[in-house]
Amino acid sequence: MDSLASDPVNQCTATSFEMDSQRTQYPYVTGTSVIGVKYEDGILMAADTGASYGSTLRYKSVERIKPVGKHSLLGASGEISDFQEILRYLDELILYDNMWDDGNSLGPKEVHSYLNRVMYNRRNKFNPLWNSLVLGGVKNGKKYLGMVSMIGVHFEDNHVATGFGNHLARPILRDEWREDMTFEEAVKLLEKCMLVLLYRDRSAINKLQIAKITEEGVTIMPPYALKTFWGFSAFENPTKGAEGSW
Amino acid sequence: MAPVEAATKQHANWSPYDNNGGTVVAIAGGNYCVVAADTRMSTGYSILTRDYSKICQLADKSIMASSGFQADVKALQKHLAAKHLIYQHQHNKQMSCPAMAQLLSNTLYYKRFFPYYAFNVLGGLDSEGKGCVFTYDAVGSYERVGYSAQGSGATLITPVLDNQLKTPSPLLLPAKDAITPLSETEAVDMVKDVFASAAERDIYTGDRVEIVVVNSEGIRREYVELRKD
Repeated sequence: MDSLASDPVNQCTATSFEMDSQRTQYPYVTGTSVIGVKYEDGILMAADTGASYGSTLRYKSVERIKPVGKHSLLGASGEISDFQEILRYLDELILYDNMWDDGNSLGPKEVHSYLNRVMYNRRNKFNPLWNSLVLGGVKNGKKYLGMVSMIGVHFEDNHVATGFGNHLARPILRDEWREDMTFEEAVKLLEKCMLVLLYRDRSAINKLQIAKITEEGVTIMPPYALKTFWGFSAFENPTKGAEGSW
Repeated sequence: MAPVEAATKQHANWSPYDNNGGTVVAIAGGNYCVVAADTRMSTGYSILTRDYSKICQLADKSIMASSGFQADVKALQKHLAAKHLIYQHQHNKQMSCPAMAQLLSNTLYYKRFFPYYAFNVLGGLDSEGKGCVFTYDAVGSYERVGYSAQGSGATLITPVLDNQLKTPSPLLLPAKDAITPLSETEAVDMVKDVFASAAERDIYTGDRVEIVVVNSEGIRREYVELRKD
């Protein structure tokens, strides 16, 4: 007798159990690197405006850097819908904070702390928000720049970058970054990094935004393109000198 | 095989854990305790930051150094800080290092079936003012020892400490204190050497070592640069 096959209890195997609740275990529409640096009078952040559906460039004008309250700037790579959900959480957080009407406001340190808890809490529920977040800000003359990953790993640094940026941009930042950089110098440095990313990260696009935050407040500049040069000999004949290739 | 399973796997499975690397060491002496950790934080083959402190002061005379998964470590530190605040309100004193050691064990075991991926050493002074070191696994087994190393460089450092510091056999009768014969400065120098050595071979150890010394005068911190590659 095929007792196992006819037994409804034993049919409830791992497969049907996993079907009961589905959680995001991989992303759909994603944004690529975000980079952030401290400079003379605040924080600068850069990100392109592309959003990919796998390897398809699905959206070309998605803003991935947003202001949070009066003192913070948030940049996101990873799942765009999760980022928008995070923005809704933050909107509510800032609204409820404003309603106290006590003249106090959340600074970048507090917002970063909140995001750390949200990301870590969601990973504890095995239902992560699929993002790497960069949080920058200035409050009471203190510059702040930090990062959070989708499983809640977080830290502060003088310069940060997500995804490919950690491989390609951070070595440049480590060589050339200074605490006392002027706005112009810092923008130039970010553009240099974004250009390298554009050349070597296939999901990066040539439409980027730079945002700054200082004691005076947030400025998110309109998107623009970088001047590219594709005439490098390695670009024109990439396999030259590589033995055994054609 | 069901059609859903037959579809080729296109992505790696998500994991709630990561190993952010790092090495932690603690040495107990007659009237001091040295707790040290490197400041590198990594993920896979990438360095996230070169200046992250893995050392946390839990009470006046209890210092915890932790490696493993940074998000879990931070959650653990915050949990213990909250517990210690309540303890201070209830008892009007600082928790002793052996009490903190038991609390840490219980806290880790509480999450036995979804563990904190954290490898800790707890160092400080006991109620007699003697140096003490407690060493843990991720689910809360712990032991009082004279010295300990945990984390990614532990396999390189432990045998060196064994050779240089020698623990008296736990089988000896009467029992002997597991306390190192070194002076405070000798212990600090030893820590500097073992970290410099670990940084040579362990890619997850480097950048800088943070050394915290606890003695009757209070606590003192110092830093030494390590390899940055």
